[in-house]
Amino acid sequence: MSKHTLSVLVEDKPGVLARIAGLFSRRGFNIESLAVGPTEQPEISRMTIVVNVQDSPLEQVTKQLNKLVEVIKIVELDDHAAVVRELLLVKVKADADTRGQVLEIVQLFKAKVVDVATDAITIQITGNQGKIEDFLRILEPFGIRELVQSGVVAVGRGGRSISDRTVRPVPVPAPAAAPAG
Amino acid sequence: MQAAPGPRAPNDERGAMSEQVTGAQSLVRALESAGVEEIFGIPGGAILPAYDPLYDSQRLRHILVRHEQGAGHAAQGYAAATGRTGVCIATSGPGATNLVTPIADAYMDSVPMVAITGQVASHAIGTDAFQEADIRGITMPITKHNFLVTDPDDIPRTIAEAFHLASTGRPGPVLVDISKDALQGQTTFAWPTELYLPGYRPVTRPHAKQVREAAKLMLQARRPVLYVGGGVIRARASAQLRELAELTGIPVVTTLMARGAFPDSHPQHLGMPGMHGTVAAVAGLQRSDLIISLGARFDDRVTGNLDSFAPHAKVIHADIDPAEIGKNRAVDVPIVGDCREVIADLVAMLRQEHDNGESGDYEAWVQFLAGVKAKYPLGYDEPADGSLSPQYVIERLGAIAGPEAVYASGVGQHQMWAAQFVQYENPNTWINSGGAGTMGYAVPAAMGAKVGRPDATVWAIDGDGCFQMTNQELATCTLEGIPIKVAIINNESLGMVRQWQTLFYNERYSNTDLQSKRVPDFVKLAEAYGAVGLACDSPADVDATIQKAMEIDDVPVVVDFRVHRDAMVWPMVAAGTSNDDIKFARDMAPEFDEDDL
Repeated sequence: MSKHTLSVLVEDKPGVLARIAGLFSRRGFNIESLAVGPTEQPEISRMTIVVNVQDSPLEQVTKQLNKLVEVIKIVELDDHAAVVRELLLVKVKADADTRGQVLEIVQLFKAKVVDVATDAITIQITGNQGKIEDFLRILEPFGIRELVQSGVVAVGRGGRSISDRTVRPVPVPAPAAAPAG
Repeated sequence: MQAAPGPRAPNDERGAMSEQVTGAQSLVRALESAGVEEIFGIPGGAILPAYDPLYDSQRLRHILVRHEQGAGHAAQGYAAATGRTGVCIATSGPGATNLVTPIADAYMDSVPMVAITGQVASHAIGTDAFQEADIRGITMPITKHNFLVTDPDDIPRTIAEAFHLASTGRPGPVLVDISKDALQGQTTFAWPTELYLPGYRPVTRPHAKQVREAAKLMLQARRPVLYVGGGVIRARASAQLRELAELTGIPVVTTLMARGAFPDSHPQHLGMPGMHGTVAAVAGLQRSDLIISLGARFDDRVTGNLDSFAPHAKVIHADIDPAEIGKNRAVDVPIVGDCREVIADLVAMLRQEHDNGESGDYEAWVQFLAGVKAKYPLGYDEPADGSLSPQYVIERLGAIAGPEAVYASGVGQHQMWAAQFVQYENPNTWINSGGAGTMGYAVPAAMGAKVGRPDATVWAIDGDGCFQMTNQELATCTLEGIPIKVAIINNESLGMVRQWQTLFYNERYSNTDLQSKRVPDFVKLAEAYGAVGLACDSPADVDATIQKAMEIDDVPVVVDFRVHRDAMVWPMVAAGTSNDDIKFARDMAPEFDEDDL
C-alpha cells in the first residue's frame, strides 16, 4: 500500500462531491483525506484526494474518476515536487504552570496561538503530515482536549499550473433532429 | 426512420425559437428536437404537467406501459434492436424507483437510454414529500450521468446533453429528474446548437502506434483469437470485424453480448466463450498465445478463475472505455478507441503487411480448433421419456423464424440455450440482459424491439419464472398493436437455480419449484390479455405450433412449451473454477490432443 495525492479539477455543480465519494466507496477505494475548494476559475473546484492504494488500483481509481462527466482533469502530485500542506487546530491543556512550556513548543514549530483561556490554549499550525504528527506527539503529554484537522491541499512546485490548458470547453454539436440509422 | 411531416401541434413551430412556453412544453419540444419518436412510460403526479403537451405532440408516440420496469426494459430493447437511444418516462418516487432495475441493466450492458422522471416541486425536495425519492442520488452509481433540473430554462440544454452522453462514447443510461415546478414554470424554448461538457471527451480515434503494435503481435502470434464483445455491436462494426477475420484467418469467439456480431455460420466462428460456452471457444481462449479483445471486458462469466485464464496469452485490449482496459486482466497492447475505427485501422495496417508478404501462420492452430469444434459440438440429450426437450424447441424456433428475426430472452437456462441453439447471422438480433442478469427482461424488451423494428418478427424466448415477472406488458402489446411472440420454455422451475441445486446442493430443491404447469394457465392468461395462447408438449407438434405462431401477425402470441424439467445447460465451467475444468456434460471433461499444436 502506498499513498498518492491526486489533484482533481471538477465542475462546480451540486452533487459532484457525492459522485466522487460514492465512486470511492463503490469501487472499494479508501480515501485518506479529502479537501474541496474553489480555484482561480469560478466554475471549477479543486479536490485534493489522498488515497492509500497499490499502484494498479490507483490507475483504476484515476480511470474511473475520469469517467465522471463532471471531472475535468486529474493530476497525481509527487510529494517531492509539490507543496503539501494541512491545517491543524488543537486545544491543549495549559494552566499557569505549563503555559510557558507549551508556548515554547509553539515557537519551535512556528505555530500560532489563536485563542487563550485560563486552562487551555488553542494553537494553529500548518505543515505537512510529518510536521503535524511531530507537533502532536510533543503536545500529547500536556493533554489534548480537542483536535480538528483539515484535509491535505497540495500544489505542484514551479511556474506551471494544472489548469493551464485544461478547461476551455470544447463545443460539441447538439444531437441532430433527425435520428441516425 | 423519420416521421412523415404531418400536421404539427401549435407548440411545434420551428423558427419561433424564443416564444414563451411552459417547462413541460419545452421538454416535449426538446425530445422532438433530439429526434425521439417513441417513449415508453406511465404518468403520475409529479410528471403530470409533461403529459399534457405530450398529448398534443404529433411526432412523439407515447406507449403507455403497465409497470415502469416494463418501460425501462422496452427502451432498452428498442435501443438494442435499432442502435438508437431508447427513452422511458415515469413519475417521482415509486415511479422512478421502478426504473432502477432497467437503468442498472442498461448501465451494465452499455445501452443508450434516457430516463426522464418527475420530481416533487423544488421547494419540497428534501422534506420527505409525498412520492419523493432522491432518484438522482439513487441512480448515481448506475447511470453514465444524471441530472436534477429545477429551472425550466435548463430543460432543452439538459435534454440535449443527456442524449449526447447516452449515445456517444461508451453508451449508457442517463437520467433527467425534473421538478414539478420546473415543468409548470414559464420559459423560452431554444434547442442548443452546441454543448459544453469540459469533462467529457471520449476518445474514438485509436492511436496509430498502438494499432501498429497490435498488428505486429498478430503477425507474430501462432495461436491468436479474436475475442469479440458487445462493443462491436454498439459500434456497428460487424462488417469491419468480418473483414479483419477473413483477412487474417484468425478464429473468432463472440460473447453473450456479441452474439450476432459475427455470423454463426462462418467457419472461423468457434461460438460463445464462458461459463456455458462451447468447448472450442473456451479452449480457443484458454490455449491462445494472443487474445485480441474487441469491445469485451473480461467478465468473470467469460474468464472463470482469472488467475488461470488463458495463462500463455498476450493481450491486445481495444475498448472505448479506458477504465475497462487492464481492469481484470493485464494488457500488453492497450488501444482506446471506437471498435469500428480500431478494427478498420487494424485491417488497413495488416493489409499493408500482407502486401509486403508478411502474414501470420496460424495453420496448426486453426486445424487444432477445427478438430475440437468437430469433436465437441453443442448438443443435448433427448429426454428418455419422450417429453419435450427445451433445447429442441429453441433450435427449431431459430430455424423456422430464421436469422432475420429478433430474439429477446430472459435470464437463466432458456437464455443460455437461446444463445447456444439459435443461429445468429446479424447484429442487433439477439437482445438479452447480460451483465445484470435481470429476470423478466424478455417480454418488455421484445416489445421495445418490435416498436423499433415493426417489420421484423420478434420472439421473446422466456422462462416460466421470468415470464411471471413482467407479463403484464402483454396488455400494452395487445392494445398498442405490438404483435410480439413469446415462447415460454416452461420447465415449471427456476431452472438455472435448480441446475445448481442439482450439481452443487445435493439435489435439494429449495424453493425452485414454480409448479407453472398447474398455475397459472399460460394459454388462458394470454387470452385474458387479448393475445393468442398456444400450448405444446410433444416434439411432434413443435414445428406446427411455431408455424402457427408465425402466421399470426395482428396480436401477440404466447406459446407455452411444456418441457422436461431436468434438462441442464452444458457445457459448463462451474463458478469460480478454471476454464480448464470445463465439462461438456455432467462429469465429462473434454480431452485435447495437444500433439496437434
